[in-house]
Amino acid sequence: MTRGRVGRKVWAAGITAGAAAVFAFLYLPIAVIVVFSFNRFSTSLPLRGLTLDWYRLLFQDRPLIESLLHSFLVAGCAVVIAVVIGIPAALAVDRLKFPGKELFERVVLLPLILPGIITGVSLLNFFVAGGIRLSLTTVILGHGTALISVVVTQVYARLKRMDRSQEEAAMDLGAPPWRTFWHVTFPNIRTAVLGAALLVFTLSMDEIAVTFFLIGRENTLPLAVWSMLRQGITPEVNAISTIIFLMSAVAILLGYRLMQKET
Amino acid sequence: METGRASGWRPYATLLLPPLAWVLLFLILPYGLLFACSFWKLTPAQTIAPDWNLQNYLHLFRNAVYLRTLGRSAAIAAAVTLLSLLLAFPVAYWLAFQVKRHKKLWYMLAIIPLWISYLVRAYAWKTILGTGGVLNAFLVGIGVTDQPIAMFLYSPVAVIITLTHIYTPFVLMPVYAMLEQIPPALLEAAEDLGAGPWRTFTRVVLPLSMPGVVAGCTFAFVLSLGDFLSPLLVGGPTGIMISNIVVSLFGAAYNWPLGAAISLVMLLLVLAIITLANRLEARTKYV
Repeated sequence: MTRGRVGRKVWAAGITAGAAAVFAFLYLPIAVIVVFSFNRFSTSLPLRGLTLDWYRLLFQDRPLIESLLHSFLVAGCAVVIAVVIGIPAALAVDRLKFPGKELFERVVLLPLILPGIITGVSLLNFFVAGGIRLSLTTVILGHGTALISVVVTQVYARLKRMDRSQEEAAMDLGAPPWRTFWHVTFPNIRTAVLGAALLVFTLSMDEIAVTFFLIGRENTLPLAVWSMLRQGITPEVNAISTIIFLMSAVAILLGYRLMQKET
Repeated sequence: METGRASGWRPYATLLLPPLAWVLLFLILPYGLLFACSFWKLTPAQTIAPDWNLQNYLHLFRNAVYLRTLGRSAAIAAAVTLLSLLLAFPVAYWLAFQVKRHKKLWYMLAIIPLWISYLVRAYAWKTILGTGGVLNAFLVGIGVTDQPIAMFLYSPVAVIITLTHIYTPFVLMPVYAMLEQIPPALLEAAEDLGAGPWRTFTRVVLPLSMPGVVAGCTFAFVLSLGDFLSPLLVGGPTGIMISNIVVSLFGAAYNWPLGAAISLVMLLLVLAIITLANRLEARTKYV
């Protein structure tokens, strides 16, 4: 009996140690980036003095700031597309029977499970065949399309759990479907929509694989960072990375609060 | 009741039109066009002619370079999947059975790295693994080596480390979701019946977590198989993966039909894996 207890203690300690090591592995790169963003000289150890120069450089980097604005624009538009198309898609999947429904469901989810490159080259091929010039518009269409799946899955999950008797009551009392949706259904899925929208925004802000193929002359932020990286290691990248990290951390916490309120 | 509900919505099937039209235009058509393009060919004048043939596929299967690269990509993806699972499991287990306080916070901390820009993380590993990087400084510092080791960066190993860092949280989430559903009483029962922790783990915990393991592993494998950014950033010439070939065919090497054919092979491979995984997931489901 005591042997068993000792064994269990060793096991529990082993699991804790393993988990701690994994946490260290997950956070090491982030720590490195943040520390190096303040490093005065180059990107190698040891640190020889701290500086905010890399941040100052960043705020003077016109193309980079422009690319950030482009990214905001793309992400905002992608959210609109994904929500406007995704909500009716989720409603249809939940409530309607139609021929080809299974295919529809599968195709909508494809961009989420396929490597981004496949969706990227498909859309590139499609736009070029249609004679459409690559620009931020093609990037927006690509992001919107690829991220519909996020809204569909989140909203559909919520619809499935929803109690339909309220809707039935509204309809029995003569409310037309649109009013029923707006006053009964939508309040029930609102937090799911908000959470999904936030997710789409964050994913779009960091999307590279699809963007890589659809980008015209104006860069998005990840693509601008990508070209900086391709040119070699520059401490400026550490600074922008730290800022991106802080922004995504804030977005996650916001999303987390939203989910918390709902449950 | 069921029919009444359905008939209330049926006249409003117009609801379906915008999503259906969008999916047809921006998903089904592009994927279909890629499929068609893979059977077309590049004319000597560098235009794409809808001249149906199997040349691209024959070229693919006759040239060792494509199959070898595909094989390497699969091997890298398999290593990433295995490592991600090995790293994710202890954390998921710890979260599910050992953490008593601030469980949600710890879970959040475990998946926050998921939300950090892909490029930032790949770049971080470049900084860590490089000759002037943190790892080498550490090794030289503790006297393991007196010269920085160049082989960490620009190798398949660097790609594997970077992708493992990226996909560990992806595996963690579904595994944790499964572990959390296991009633602690089940573990106590196993213990009361005399099973040690290891036996409880292999006979109770692991089988019950299988659907999550399969889901997470599928995700990690499929997405790392198609990755082209990490190989470009940290892979070097020996870390080239199949998607890098696609990138170059759609770019400088300019041969879209061949690129489309490789994409199609990847697509079919991925769909086959997902179908297989779905079956496996359904079969391993206990509850």
